[in-house]
Amino acid sequence: MTSDSGESPFWSVVAPMFVHFAVLSLMAIGGGVVMVAPDMQRYVVDSHHWITAEQFSAAFALAQAAPGPNFLYITLVGWEVAGWAGAAAATLAALGPPAVLSITMVHASTSRAPGRLARAIGKGLVPISVGLVFSTGWILLRGSGSWDWRGATLALIAAAIIFRTKINPVWVIAAGAAVGVAGFV
Amino acid sequence: MPPKISPLALFLAFSELALSGFGGVLPFAYRTLVERRRWLTSEDFAKLLAFSQVMPGPTVCNLSVMFGYRSAGIGGSAAALGGMIGLPIAIVLTLGIAWHEFGGLPPVRRALTGMSAVVAGLILATAMKMSRAVPRHAIPISLSVVAFVGVGLMRFPLLAVVVFVAPVGILLAWREHW
Repeated sequence: MTSDSGESPFWSVVAPMFVHFAVLSLMAIGGGVVMVAPDMQRYVVDSHHWITAEQFSAAFALAQAAPGPNFLYITLVGWEVAGWAGAAAATLAALGPPAVLSITMVHASTSRAPGRLARAIGKGLVPISVGLVFSTGWILLRGSGSWDWRGATLALIAAAIIFRTKINPVWVIAAGAAVGVAGFV
Repeated sequence: MPPKISPLALFLAFSELALSGFGGVLPFAYRTLVERRRWLTSEDFAKLLAFSQVMPGPTVCNLSVMFGYRSAGIGGSAAALGGMIGLPIAIVLTLGIAWHEFGGLPPVRRALTGMSAVVAGLILATAMKMSRAVPRHAIPISLSVVAFVGVGLMRFPLLAVVVFVAPVGILLAWREHW
């Protein structure tokens, strides 16, 4: 939260954050909402200084450690920024516009095969999504509070384990917490 | 088409699969909807998933909304989405509050630092897995690099990338340059 004295102002914080997150949510095609994290961080950390990069990375890590959909980091970021109103606004912004589109889609969708344009859109956007998800990993590492060779080594080891094995990521996250408590990062 | 399912049954099923979903809900969605409840065949599930992925927003939530809507209308989609996010939100906020209370303690702070580094690695691994879908060709690789440099390193707004880079990618894909 930006201050301990109370809720953040609605019109100067909650409303603009809602609009920005809703736009981002509509741009999250192909890579899920993980790929909009860099822009979300740019907005709440760099542009507005509502929270720190370390808070952002921690909120992301906590949400990943909990069960449920991984978009919930947005709820936690909203809560960090502006308390309960922020959490509600961020969650609604992430879910509302896509939910409306999804319901529209059920009405529109038949078993039509995707046309040439739809295929071109998919084919053209996939490489961009991949670059954006790499960006998310990068900014999380930069903000992780251990931006040095030890933090980078830990991240790369974790990446290699997840990439090479089918282990449930929650165990790797727990191991990361243990490594942190032991004082290695 | 899925059978008619009551909103309560939807809420319970989606709560169950969301709470099982440590580190990713999708495998549990498949297990619950296809294998345990038998509400969908695996072909139906694949089709529903494909639609959920081309829609913007969180994939598993889109899937909940679409499945709930097809099963029981607006009430069904609210029930399925509520099950998917209700308890997980309570858990995440509890963790957030606990972190605010105890985050100043050195061991908690160090644990979070370790977790944050690992989660960054986890996302990098996801990106590596996704990059298998990118053909080894100069144009798609350049698109990935431009997106990473622009958003990750230069910190340009995502909107700029979407407005300037995405149309180029789609146009080149349309003309089948790779």
